[in-house]
Amino acid sequence: MLTRSILTGIGTLVVGMIISGAEVFANPQTGQPIDWQLGFQRAVTPVMQSIDTLHDYVLILITLISLFVLGLLIYVIIRFNAKTNPTPTSTTHNTVIEVLWTAIPVLILVVMAIPSFKLLYFQDTVPEQVDLNIKATGYQWFWTYEYTDEDFEFDAFKMEPEDAEEEGEPYLLATDTKVVVPVGKVVRVQITAADVIHAWAVPALGVKMDAYPGRLNELWFQVDEPGVYYGQCSELCGQGHAFMPIAVEAMAASDYEVWLSEAREEYARTNDTIKVADSSVLAVQNSHSE
Amino acid sequence: MSATDVNEVGHAHHPVGWRRWLYSTNHKDIGTMYLVFAIMSGLIGAFFSVMMRIELGTPGDGIFGGDHHFYNVFVTAHALLMIFFMIMPAMIGGFGNWMVPIMIGAPDMAFPRLNNISFWLLIPSLTLLLSSAFVEGAPGGMGAGTGWTIYPPLSSSAGHPGPAVDLVIFSLHLAGASSILSSINFITTILNMRAPGLTLHRMPLFVWSILVTTFLLLLSLPVLAGAITMLLTDRNFGTAFFEASMGGDPILFQHLFWFFGHPEVYILILPGFGIVSQVVATFSKKPIFGYLGMAYAMVAIGFIGFVVWAHHMYTVGMDTDTRAYFMLATLVIAVPTGIKIFSWIATMWGGSIELKTPMLYALGFIFLFTVGGVTGVVLANAGVDIALHDTYYVVAHFHYVLSLGAVFSVFAGIYYWISKMCGRQYPETLGKLQFWTLFVGVNLTFFPMHFLGLAGMPRRYADYPEAFAGWNMVASIGSYISAFSALLFLFVLYRTFTAGERVAENPWGEGATTMEWKLPSPPAFHTYEELPVIK
Repeated sequence: MLTRSILTGIGTLVVGMIISGAEVFANPQTGQPIDWQLGFQRAVTPVMQSIDTLHDYVLILITLISLFVLGLLIYVIIRFNAKTNPTPTSTTHNTVIEVLWTAIPVLILVVMAIPSFKLLYFQDTVPEQVDLNIKATGYQWFWTYEYTDEDFEFDAFKMEPEDAEEEGEPYLLATDTKVVVPVGKVVRVQITAADVIHAWAVPALGVKMDAYPGRLNELWFQVDEPGVYYGQCSELCGQGHAFMPIAVEAMAASDYEVWLSEAREEYARTNDTIKVADSSVLAVQNSHSE
Repeated sequence: MSATDVNEVGHAHHPVGWRRWLYSTNHKDIGTMYLVFAIMSGLIGAFFSVMMRIELGTPGDGIFGGDHHFYNVFVTAHALLMIFFMIMPAMIGGFGNWMVPIMIGAPDMAFPRLNNISFWLLIPSLTLLLSSAFVEGAPGGMGAGTGWTIYPPLSSSAGHPGPAVDLVIFSLHLAGASSILSSINFITTILNMRAPGLTLHRMPLFVWSILVTTFLLLLSLPVLAGAITMLLTDRNFGTAFFEASMGGDPILFQHLFWFFGHPEVYILILPGFGIVSQVVATFSKKPIFGYLGMAYAMVAIGFIGFVVWAHHMYTVGMDTDTRAYFMLATLVIAVPTGIKIFSWIATMWGGSIELKTPMLYALGFIFLFTVGGVTGVVLANAGVDIALHDTYYVVAHFHYVLSLGAVFSVFAGIYYWISKMCGRQYPETLGKLQFWTLFVGVNLTFFPMHFLGLAGMPRRYADYPEAFAGWNMVASIGSYISAFSALLFLFVLYRTFTAGERVAENPWGEGATTMEWKLPSPPAFHTYEELPVIK
């Protein structure tokens, strides 16, 4: 009896995973996890929606397969128990069934692989028209964002617990400065690292890409609705691995323009003075050579 | 001295005291030492995992007191201990050494002295691994907090300037050498020393599983040895194999590592397939269904296991077509695995099943391995993996196939063979209780990790946002139950050795048909006086 009740419990949990879709739609806070969450965060990009759809589809298949195996095991245990079936048969071959349990899984995999290939190529093909380029660089343990079209950059550190509490932001997800992007526009993020490997990931946007020193990886997303979407470093990078979160804020195009003009001033390159100094050095050198 | 005299001296030769163990060339004694070693490392590894679960039981700084590097050291040590010093020694060194020569009717392993050095290399190897925790690793921190994957540059002098990583590399060198030597020994033994009449296609499936496993070890471990040697020279002698600023490539290391690492996970599970096949046939009182399919499914899994490594690297920025290939190849593995699952069920179909403890573990294995297998199919989809890569979903997946798969099969093997090894039977009720506590504990620990992973919690995190607290608490409670079960297992062993019922040749009845059940329990120091003939 214990066997069956525990197996039933596991079955219930598996079914719970199927209906997790409903849970996600009930998620009042987009862009971050909620207590006792069972499924993905709510998708806000076309790519994440496709991931979500394919995952739901595969989840149904694997749940059915698991329940099928579980059902067979329970049936076999009850029906062919030593008490109910004292004399075993000596069947060791059945060509038909062996061919079937080879061929049917192949068919299931083919049915699964076709939409999966579609998703992969959709995800990996950056659209022709890119509206905004951002370069993200991973450091131990913070991120630097460079708006390469605009020529400014800023660092994003995790928000300290007291600040997070004060501002009502989730600790270990919130950052002191956010990456801001316009809604509905194609954003390309180029990703690299300065010291060890990091990974830039935002679950609600359906993006994750490793950041390597000496390499430039890229990903793209197009956020459908305004909001703040949080992510975390996703490749072990040392003691601060859990403490270099990512926050992306998507806002309407007009708000974005306002932010952009403020950001141009706030994050204006402070190394302009160095440039002046450089040119003066050059001037001195020139005067010497004359 | 005539030839007969030499043989008589050989049979009478029975060293005692420390010489029996330190100088041992006897496959059964060496197998016993491997099992004791594996249980001890397993307990250390389990202690590390419980420490991690205590830390993760609630958000914020816990038992590690905010030393997050030390948490990473525990993550690293837990993985290396469980893989190299628990599962592999238990399955290949322990059960392999004990049962393979007996099952094929060989007097001992082909190279008994090589067998001895294979075991004793593990002691300095484990010592090096554990001592790495007491020297500097990352700046200002003790030990190697690189994860078992030791990816550079985190593991090179940039991330871990101290000597801890060098000690880990040497530890892996020794463990690798030990495994390569024992693989050579097993392959030679199985191919050359089978009793007359025992063709390859009549070998018990456990012997098949060890044969395939040792081939995988022989082909994959040298690649790991190469990769970590390159890392060693990068760290100490100014080479730049993996140093991007000097023209090297950190991703090259990942390719080399996973070319070893993926076969390695099959190395961990294949002997488990073999054990479960023996147990299922025994307790169903039926010969295994589809024997040839079962044997060649293992060969196929081993073969495909070598061409899927980059599915661990979907987020490194690989070419899309390359990822499409690795996805397809990975999905193919589900087919031979499915053949095995269904063949076990078909073996039970029509049988007369007795639910003794080893059989409970085998049944638990079949279902939980299926669950771990199908989440593997989810992860194989390169597109979906973007959302799940490096999250707790992956942790849940590989613990379902390893912690609930491989470990369950090790327990099945121990309960199945312990009476053969020591001549005394384990207490059945306690054994079943130990199974159920472990079953509840590990499921409670690892099933919620699927939810955490879907919600986006990255792995190898010493602290996490408030929203992940609920399921983490459940997982931690599960690990305490599993820890209780581990202690209960020690008690079961104690009861077996002190009060276990003495058994004759075959305590399992008509279902146990392999050769070890025709020998006394425990078998004589030298198993076969003359070669058995298989009819």
